Amino acid sequence: MELLDSISWVAVAFHTLAAVAVISALLVVFVRNIVHAVLWLAVFFISLAGVFLTLNAEFIAAIQVIVYAGAICIMVVFGIMLIRRWNMGETNLFNSQTVAAAGVVALVTMLSAFLSFKSGVVEPAGDVPVNQVESIATALLTKYVIPFEVAALLLLVALVGAIFLAKEVKADDADSHS
Amino acid sequence: MGENIFVGIATWLRGLLSGAGVPDMWNDTILLVVKLVAILLFILVNALWLVYMERRVCAFMQSRLGPIHVGPKGLFQTAADIGKLLGKEIILPKGADLLVFLLMPVVIFIPPLLIFGVLPFGKNMVAIDMNIGVFYLLAIASLSTIIFWAAGWASNNKYSLVGGMRSVAQMVSYELPLILALLGVIMITGTLNLNTIVDSQKSIWFVFTQPIAFLVYLIAGMAETNRTPFCLVEGESEIIAGPYTEYSGMGFAMFFLAEYANVMIISAMCTVMFLGGWLAPFGLDFIPSWLWFFLKMYLMIFVFMWVRWTYPRIRVDQLMGFGWKVLVPLALANIFVTGVGMYIFRAIGWWS
Repeated sequence: MELLDSISWVAVAFHTLAAVAVISALLVVFVRNIVHAVLWLAVFFISLAGVFLTLNAEFIAAIQVIVYAGAICIMVVFGIMLIRRWNMGETNLFNSQTVAAAGVVALVTMLSAFLSFKSGVVEPAGDVPVNQVESIATALLTKYVIPFEVAALLLLVALVGAIFLAKEVKADDADSHS
Repeated sequence: MGENIFVGIATWLRGLLSGAGVPDMWNDTILLVVKLVAILLFILVNALWLVYMERRVCAFMQSRLGPIHVGPKGLFQTAADIGKLLGKEIILPKGADLLVFLLMPVVIFIPPLLIFGVLPFGKNMVAIDMNIGVFYLLAIASLSTIIFWAAGWASNNKYSLVGGMRSVAQMVSYELPLILALLGVIMITGTLNLNTIVDSQKSIWFVFTQPIAFLVYLIAGMAETNRTPFCLVEGESEIIAGPYTEYSGMGFAMFFLAEYANVMIISAMCTVMFLGGWLAPFGLDFIPSWLWFFLKMYLMIFVFMWVRWTYPRIRVDQLMGFGWKVLVPLALANIFVTGVGMYIFRAIGWWS
């Protein structure tokens, strides 16, 4: 019992979740079937949400689940299904651009190592507020209101563009068949 | 009387454990596990009996009797059915992705269980009181989409794949009006905590102050659970049974039971957000709060069944058109009117 009490359960949870996240992220890259890659991607996003939960960031964790595991994975699903191949076992393949890939990987690794050494270990500025949603909303609508509105405008433009494209295709279809 | 029966059991268990010298942290953990196992049992047993309820309600609406032979009034019919399904062979289709195919009927029950963990069943009766309850619930609910799709894809069957894609398209389209409808209530209460939302309906239920949001929620909820008139995902006459075509035995039964678990969630959510949760109407306090919750929940489930056996299925293009051109603008208009109304009411001092 004493041994069990001495373990920091948050640390256990963090390391489990981190291991799951790393393994599933590697599997997203290494599995040969792209549908399996999407499912592993969902696992990765959910374990990342778990890491947020260990930081008491419930709201961010829920956002992670609804936006990434819920929406991004579905978007990838649409992408896969629209460009379907007959042999799904050979859809997430390796290519022979080893030299270029090694260069890019080395560059990214060095850059992230440099940035992480430069910033050092970040100490938390304070406790997480109990009412996170309100603090986030206040920050979004006061300090960061312009980026927020710009993002909203961008999404609106994308929505209008999507509707326009869908309409265009329909009109062409009607012309060519009549 | 009866009001504190479940809270009393929890307190008794806690006292028993601390009397036996169990440290506080383990006490809490054991209690939480007991609560979650109780909820899991409740979901499974309830899903089983909802199948029976569905068949009886359907039978009465079609002037039949429905299952009456197994047990008193046929109450054990679905239990016997599950026994039969458990004994059946699980047929593995040729070319199916076996791991995904066999895993999906198992994981389909994870989102409902995670959601029931945060629902307030009665006064002080919530397993995990979350500050962001509503949002957590919507986030977890969005996870079932990919499970349906993966099940359809892994079957290696054209109909299953079409059904899986239909489920993705339908659930993504109707999630939007569902969330937007709930926003009206959240704007009034100013909180995402389910307990606080129930508490703030003491004077008037939100079904009366937010009738449009309630209707939009009801329709979108029906679509989210893939029930007639929105059962295009299964569509027996078009794509046989959609993602479940290739599933046999208990695999099929798991999807079938998960549908009822999802109906329960949508009804329970409706009860919490619009029908006052566990609050007793007309001051009828002698009926315990948890019983009120379940009465309202079953009333909503009955409405779902009533609609199912009354209306025919709608077409795919009508489904999408209705969702995007009617429900979403309606929900947005509701948010706008609610916001303006809140300011007017504040200005004339009717509401603080």
